[in-house]
Amino acid sequence: MKLLIVGCGRVGSAIATNMAADGHDVTVIDEDGEALQRLPESWPGRFIQGHGLDTEVLVEGGIETADAVVVSTDGDNTNIVIAQVARTRFGCPCVVTRVLDPGRAAFYAAQGLQTVCPTSGAIDVVTQAICATPGRVA
Amino acid sequence: MYILIVGGGKVGSNLTSTLMHMGHEVTLIEGDRERYALLEERFEHVVRPGDATELFVLERAGIERADLVVAVTGDDEDNIIVCQVAKEKYGVPKVIARVNDPRNQVHFDMVGITLTVSATATILALIEHELPQHELVTLIDLKRENLEIVEFAIGAASPAAGKFVRELNLPSRSRLISVTRDGRAEIAIGDTQLAPGDLVMAILEPDVEDELKTQLMPV
Repeated sequence: MKLLIVGCGRVGSAIATNMAADGHDVTVIDEDGEALQRLPESWPGRFIQGHGLDTEVLVEGGIETADAVVVSTDGDNTNIVIAQVARTRFGCPCVVTRVLDPGRAAFYAAQGLQTVCPTSGAIDVVTQAICATPGRVA
Repeated sequence: MYILIVGGGKVGSNLTSTLMHMGHEVTLIEGDRERYALLEERFEHVVRPGDATELFVLERAGIERADLVVAVTGDDEDNIIVCQVAKEKYGVPKVIARVNDPRNQVHFDMVGITLTVSATATILALIEHELPQHELVTLIDLKRENLEIVEFAIGAASPAAGKFVRELNLPSRSRLISVTRDGRAEIAIGDTQLAPGDLVMAILEPDVEDELKTQLMPV
């Protein structure tokens, strides 16, 4: 599979590392050249320094032929716009987007974007953990 | 009208005061705390603090009853999201967005934000309109013969646009040679009609250049 990852933070770099180790063709885009440090020393994929909304950068990253795009920059709004560009303009079959705000994540999920909201996940886990405890037994 | 303005920079704050003077009900949302404090001194309850891409901030500002949302922050992604959410989630009938980086225009178009304002694009349009970019370009300078061959474009404002060559009052010591339209050149004859966008070649004596210009170029 050909994979494009926009945003090489903790999430993006970990997915990139795992997918490349599984033998996939991975390209990573990040605005900050230092982000390359998050990838393994023997990084087999490509790394492009540039903004994920810059069409030229996306094309250079192979968005026109990518099987899947992961959008995981540190900005919710940037992620949502990039995801729509990947889906609408470039027709990527699989676009997964990290959105920290549960409100926007839910709205854009209803619009057909595949969003992942770690905040909602954390809220669920914490709530379940609390509800699962019997409390102090007197 | 109830108008929601997002982004309290120079554009947003001046829009707010102008629209208020026009009698509209306005709410201005500003995300930066320090900036908000300054705006609050001027606009009091009209300005609200918060990140307008957070849905609850928009809801508390009454987006459900807004007739118009204007997103004029310095961040194009924020402007896109505010307008898209306003239109698609809250059914706001009209949205206007500011485009900061002209390269992002395609993204606004993609999500259907049709009313956009870009300072760069506006200034470029003014430059094209105000400055005579359709200058006479000398292609060949026949010094010995005291002749030159020039090329120029017929602009929309050219007095020659729409006219037949025979109707032009060209200087006697000049002749039009050819007219190129959509990449195809034809010899200019009396029945050739000039249209905006045409590239015209002419031969003339150098001292009638100014006279030729006044016939073909906007004043």
